[in-house]
Amino acid sequence: METLERIIAEHPFFSGLESYYLGLLVGCAKNVRFEAGTYIFKEGEEANEFYLIRAGKVALEIFAPQRKPIIVSTRGEGQVVGWSWLLPPYQWRFHCRAVENTRAFALDGKCLRAKCEQNHDLGYELLKRFAQVIEEQVVAAHYQLVDLHEAER
Amino acid sequence: MDSPAAPDALVPRIHRVQKVTRETPDTFTLALAPDDGVERSHFRPGQFSMLWVFGVGELPISISGDPARDGLLEYTVRSVGQATHALVNRAIGDGIGVRGPLGVGWPMEAARGRDVILVAGGIGLAPLRPVVNEVLRNRDEYGRLVLLYGARSPRDLLYRRELAFWARQRDTQILVTVDYGGLNWHGHVGVVTTLFRFARLQPARSVAMVCGPEIMMRFVTRELEHQGLSRQSIHLSLERNMKCAVGFCGHCQLGPLFVCRDGPVFPYERIRSLMEKHEL
Repeated sequence: METLERIIAEHPFFSGLESYYLGLLVGCAKNVRFEAGTYIFKEGEEANEFYLIRAGKVALEIFAPQRKPIIVSTRGEGQVVGWSWLLPPYQWRFHCRAVENTRAFALDGKCLRAKCEQNHDLGYELLKRFAQVIEEQVVAAHYQLVDLHEAER
Repeated sequence: MDSPAAPDALVPRIHRVQKVTRETPDTFTLALAPDDGVERSHFRPGQFSMLWVFGVGELPISISGDPARDGLLEYTVRSVGQATHALVNRAIGDGIGVRGPLGVGWPMEAARGRDVILVAGGIGLAPLRPVVNEVLRNRDEYGRLVLLYGARSPRDLLYRRELAFWARQRDTQILVTVDYGGLNWHGHVGVVTTLFRFARLQPARSVAMVCGPEIMMRFVTRELEHQGLSRQSIHLSLERNMKCAVGFCGHCQLGPLFVCRDGPVFPYERIRSLMEKHEL
């Protein structure tokens, strides 16, 4: 039977992370499943977890008054969802809903923040990985701003 | 390429509208057949025609139909101005002047035996549709077919039934994304470059063909290079203000090139520096 540590180590987000750090992380991790249609978190709620998606797909949604909700991004297998646990005020900025039956690892943000305060090397490893995710999302958002697919041809 | 234009390239032939298919709220596919019933010119994927709506004007439109289908030319047109509005509002049997097929198409010969990566943004899928038809018809002559297609929203997706059909074919991966979706959309959301993460590519044995807004192609070429494709293996379809469409008038000039005559499909290696010049 595969250990949780081994499975987490195989997730692309933690690719190359030393086993010592994986050992620290695994105490904050648990397996979770979400049925299609389930909300994983909602805007304004306390953000105390992030998710490594193993299978399935989730959508980030924005709700605005007088408008229908819209999906602004999706995440699938091998991707990560949620960085609001990392920064004050630790509140979700979007809704997140499973659009397919989804399996993931949930990592406890409070637990991780405490470990990162004690071990800054672990904190740096995590920040490097989240910085990559944030950079990808910022670039994608900039591309959306320039209306990449429908700019006048 | 300095080959002279065909003698009749400046003379439109009358075609009749056979069918009009509404693809999205503002985009339509017109099927045209020659009025005299004589099909004189087969097209190659990536070529375009000049379509003349009498009394309104003439427009360069990529051919979006199946190259193997004799006697019928298809054009997918987005209604964005007076001339395109007039074009998509033609009725069955109406006449349209057609010049072409014109220009240099996609490198289908160079793609034989290799994987074919297609990246399309918005209506840029139209000139790539004949490539899909060609590859699927001659399946054993090509490697894997991977299509990455982005549209603004689910309602802007072209050829939805065909996308589903293509996705069921062997050695074919169809990835579709939209900039934003409603709650009923279960597909991917994000710009087309975010699909590369899910594409199964073999860069060293692939040819990439890209069509969409130039800003999209700029970011897509960057990603293709990042994936390991050489510049020689990447081909882009450009669109400029084409008028004569045979390299006489210079309206579509891009540095030393005429897009109508030397393109519209170019190897990225050939046009990269020109695309990066702000003045052009």
